[in-house]
Amino acid sequence: MTDIPPRPAPVISCRNVWKVFGPRPEAALAALRADPGARPEGHVTAVHDVSLDIMPGEMLVVMGLSGSGKSTLVRCLSRLNEITAGEILIEGQDIGKLNEAALIDLRRRKMGMVFQSFGLLPNRNALENVAFPLEMRGQPRAARIERAREMLALVGLKGREGYFPRELSGGQQQRVGIARSLAVEPDIWFLDEPFSALDPLIRREMQDEFLRLKGMLKKTIIFITHDFDEALRLADRIAIMKDGRVEQIDTPGRIVLQPATDYVARFTAEIDRARVLHVSGLAGPVAGRAIEGPALPGGQTLRDLARRLVNDSRDWIPVADGTGRVTGMLERRHALDILLGEAA
Amino acid sequence: MSMVDRIDLSSSSPRPHAVCLMLGLAAVLILGRDFLPAELLRLPDWLVVPFAHWINAGFAFLRDDLGLMQVTRAFAAMLEWLLDVTANILYGKNRWPRLGPLPWSVVAISMAALGWWLGGWKLAALAGGTFVWIAVMGQWQWAMETLSVIVVAAPFSVLAGLILGIMAWRWTAVQRVLNPILNVAQSLPHFAYMIPVVVFIGVGPKAGAIVTIIFSVPPMIRMTGLGLRKVPEEVIEAGRMSGATPWQLLTRVRIPTARRDILIGVNQVIMQCLAMVVLASFIGMPGLGQKLLQLLQALKIGLSVEIGITIVLIAVVLDRLSRAWAKRQPLHHAEGLSWARRHPVLLVWTVAIALAFALSLVFPLLAQVPRRDALSIAAPVDALVDWLIRLVDPVTTWLRWFLITWVLIPLRDAILWLPFSAVLLAVAAAGWAVGGWRSALVMLGFIGAIALSGWWDRAMITVYMVGFSVFLATLIGFPLGIWASASETRANRVLLVCDSLQTFPSFIYLIPVVMLFGVNDVAVVMAVVTFAAVPLVRYTIEGLRGVAPELIEAAHMSGTTRRQMLWHVQLPMAAPVMLVGVNQSVMFSLFMVIIAAFIGTQDLGQELQRALSASDVGKGMVLGLAVAFLGLAVDHLITRQAQRMGTGAGG
Repeated sequence: MTDIPPRPAPVISCRNVWKVFGPRPEAALAALRADPGARPEGHVTAVHDVSLDIMPGEMLVVMGLSGSGKSTLVRCLSRLNEITAGEILIEGQDIGKLNEAALIDLRRRKMGMVFQSFGLLPNRNALENVAFPLEMRGQPRAARIERAREMLALVGLKGREGYFPRELSGGQQQRVGIARSLAVEPDIWFLDEPFSALDPLIRREMQDEFLRLKGMLKKTIIFITHDFDEALRLADRIAIMKDGRVEQIDTPGRIVLQPATDYVARFTAEIDRARVLHVSGLAGPVAGRAIEGPALPGGQTLRDLARRLVNDSRDWIPVADGTGRVTGMLERRHALDILLGEAA
Repeated sequence: MSMVDRIDLSSSSPRPHAVCLMLGLAAVLILGRDFLPAELLRLPDWLVVPFAHWINAGFAFLRDDLGLMQVTRAFAAMLEWLLDVTANILYGKNRWPRLGPLPWSVVAISMAALGWWLGGWKLAALAGGTFVWIAVMGQWQWAMETLSVIVVAAPFSVLAGLILGIMAWRWTAVQRVLNPILNVAQSLPHFAYMIPVVVFIGVGPKAGAIVTIIFSVPPMIRMTGLGLRKVPEEVIEAGRMSGATPWQLLTRVRIPTARRDILIGVNQVIMQCLAMVVLASFIGMPGLGQKLLQLLQALKIGLSVEIGITIVLIAVVLDRLSRAWAKRQPLHHAEGLSWARRHPVLLVWTVAIALAFALSLVFPLLAQVPRRDALSIAAPVDALVDWLIRLVDPVTTWLRWFLITWVLIPLRDAILWLPFSAVLLAVAAAGWAVGGWRSALVMLGFIGAIALSGWWDRAMITVYMVGFSVFLATLIGFPLGIWASASETRANRVLLVCDSLQTFPSFIYLIPVVMLFGVNDVAVVMAVVTFAAVPLVRYTIEGLRGVAPELIEAAHMSGTTRRQMLWHVQLPMAAPVMLVGVNQSVMFSLFMVIIAAFIGTQDLGQELQRALSASDVGKGMVLGLAVAFLGLAVDHLITRQAQRMGTGAGG
């Protein structure tokens, strides 16, 4: 336990962030701090004492039902909303202390955001919408049009450059929104329920598209959703929010196996765990047991490997990482319990 | 919601008592009228506040001591220069740049091209056809005089409205100051605007232009604020996340996204401009309005119908064009299309006007149609009207006699007989009934101010004309609206007619009634009734069509008959919307009564016109505000009542 490499500095770091809406947020906050159960009249606590770190290249999914404060939290991270108390550091810099010019500069260079209802400008065509952030920072016309074309090609909208938002389908509009958010090559990418307004089939397609972009671009991503399945499918880590508080922040596997609160447990109860749990997450240490036969690829889920697990006859099966190195042993009976349900 | 309900409940228990008490007292005053001291019948002279005198003193101070005169005259001079330029181009007034006049064919082609570009060939035919009609009927000069003012005034209004609207949206303090001013401004009759302008500027086209600008600004301010507030939050956030500065956010995100509402504001500005320009003939504004005024006063029906048609056509064309502009959505072009394919209208227009210029050199008739070559439908119209009048004369004569002797005069005498103290009490009781003591005070404030101004009798005559007209209008408007709302297509057709009727300048409504009834109170009432029925029909249809379909289905499933459906489901649900119609109807009536004053009434309108001809600002403003207060009082009552019914029905 001593040779852990030094943790890299977080890209975003929240320290005891509060956001209270209402006529007198400061007073309401004081009351809340004195008594956590208080409900100051006329005020809504959208973000309740949240602290979290987001590492470079990590994808954090913030999951919660409507009104849980997830959208407000992400708007605090980009300072679209001013926080009531606490501090938010982006690459070590307290964004609450930035003046307007510095904040605008930060958004122009570092941040991109995708919105639930797309937030496209109706009077500009797809190309001009994507070029908008570049126009804001004063890039010359030819260069920004060139860049916007590239971005539209990247999201698969080549040939639709001249279309206006109302001439595009919902999925296509969101592709424009994604292209726009990526036009400035941001390091931090916020996505606020980007696929919630889309039909289920399109949503699935857009999730695949998103995973493709994510693999290509290597950005720090904060992704908001109210859809637990979507969160499990996309996340490195999930933060589950309720009433402005973060109930649990962990990897999908740990959230499913060890829910921190009853609330989280209720979410995970309906979930097919085999689809979520990766073999590597389930494997224990080798602990001197003999490694025999072919190893299972650790990056796959139990469901992916179901047939092999059923047909295998070993009690303990080795699990290997991407390079083929054995990292642990999986107890087959335990895996089958999860896959098929506990034996009666 | 529940909070509001509770407040309403708690204050509603003493309300009936207070209302009954006040009404009872009013009844006692009325019954005991003959024994009342004179002070309770009419406000004693020593109590009349010399508002007019104060306003005159104020204006004199502004004009002479503050030197505001210089400022306004300077602005007027600039405006006059612009008016001269457009006048030269449109109808060849001998001023710089001395290029004009444009051949009428060129203007007609340009309007047709504009129509085509904005709304397809139908609009092109309407716009082009209108201008061909104007030229062929020999009204080119007058129409261009009218249009030259609109061309100058509308952009000023739009710009001023946009700036003020943005300021009101940005700073709540501005909003708080501006809102009541707008409320009063939008209920001030047209003439009230003219008098101060006449004092500062004098009479003539530039005064007309300034009055037009001032009159047409309020809706632009309103629509700008509305549009800016309606921009979706996410679009703004997207702009902020793109790193837009506040200025970039305003000019490149908010205003373009609010485009539609802002352009609807432009549409309203243009229509208000037209209405005002026609009326500005009263302060020496040449053009169609002046011609119409002269012809109407001379009872030349055929010629006034010609002018009336022109004004109506212009109104419809301007309305349709500006609406089409507001509705216009950008469309993409396929890549690689040639310039000509992307801009067909521009191409055709360029070729066509080049051709028209060339042809009008060869055929002067294509440049200008002199009066002697113009067509006229006056003779057949006059013949037709004579025949019609002979046909309906027994009816109209009898109606006129009946209305005047049995309705209008008794009604007027009755309302003048009422002691003012009783009226004030009754009005306050009405206020209390709909909105508690606050509303009672508001009503007392409005109507009491009229009493204090010393124009009580005139105001009561206005009230009786408006009241009776709106009553008649409801008898027409409600049944018509109910009939029209029975089917979707019928409703749409009638709404289209209402739309068109509402675009006509109010002046136009006087033509047919003068034709049928001559120049008297009955004609005024008839004009007001027609004008006031339009919003009633419109809102009745909208209210009835707006009832939730699930509710109708539920009622059907409960086995209602059609009559039960109408009386127990549709009308109660539609009532708040229908009340808005009544409200607008009252506003329209007030405006119309005042406008109709020039054909002879004895109400506030007549005095307003006297004030106008005497350039008496103080009197004019007091009279104008009296009219506005009547309107605002009714507006307050009806809005409160509609709110009460709305919340009652909703929760």
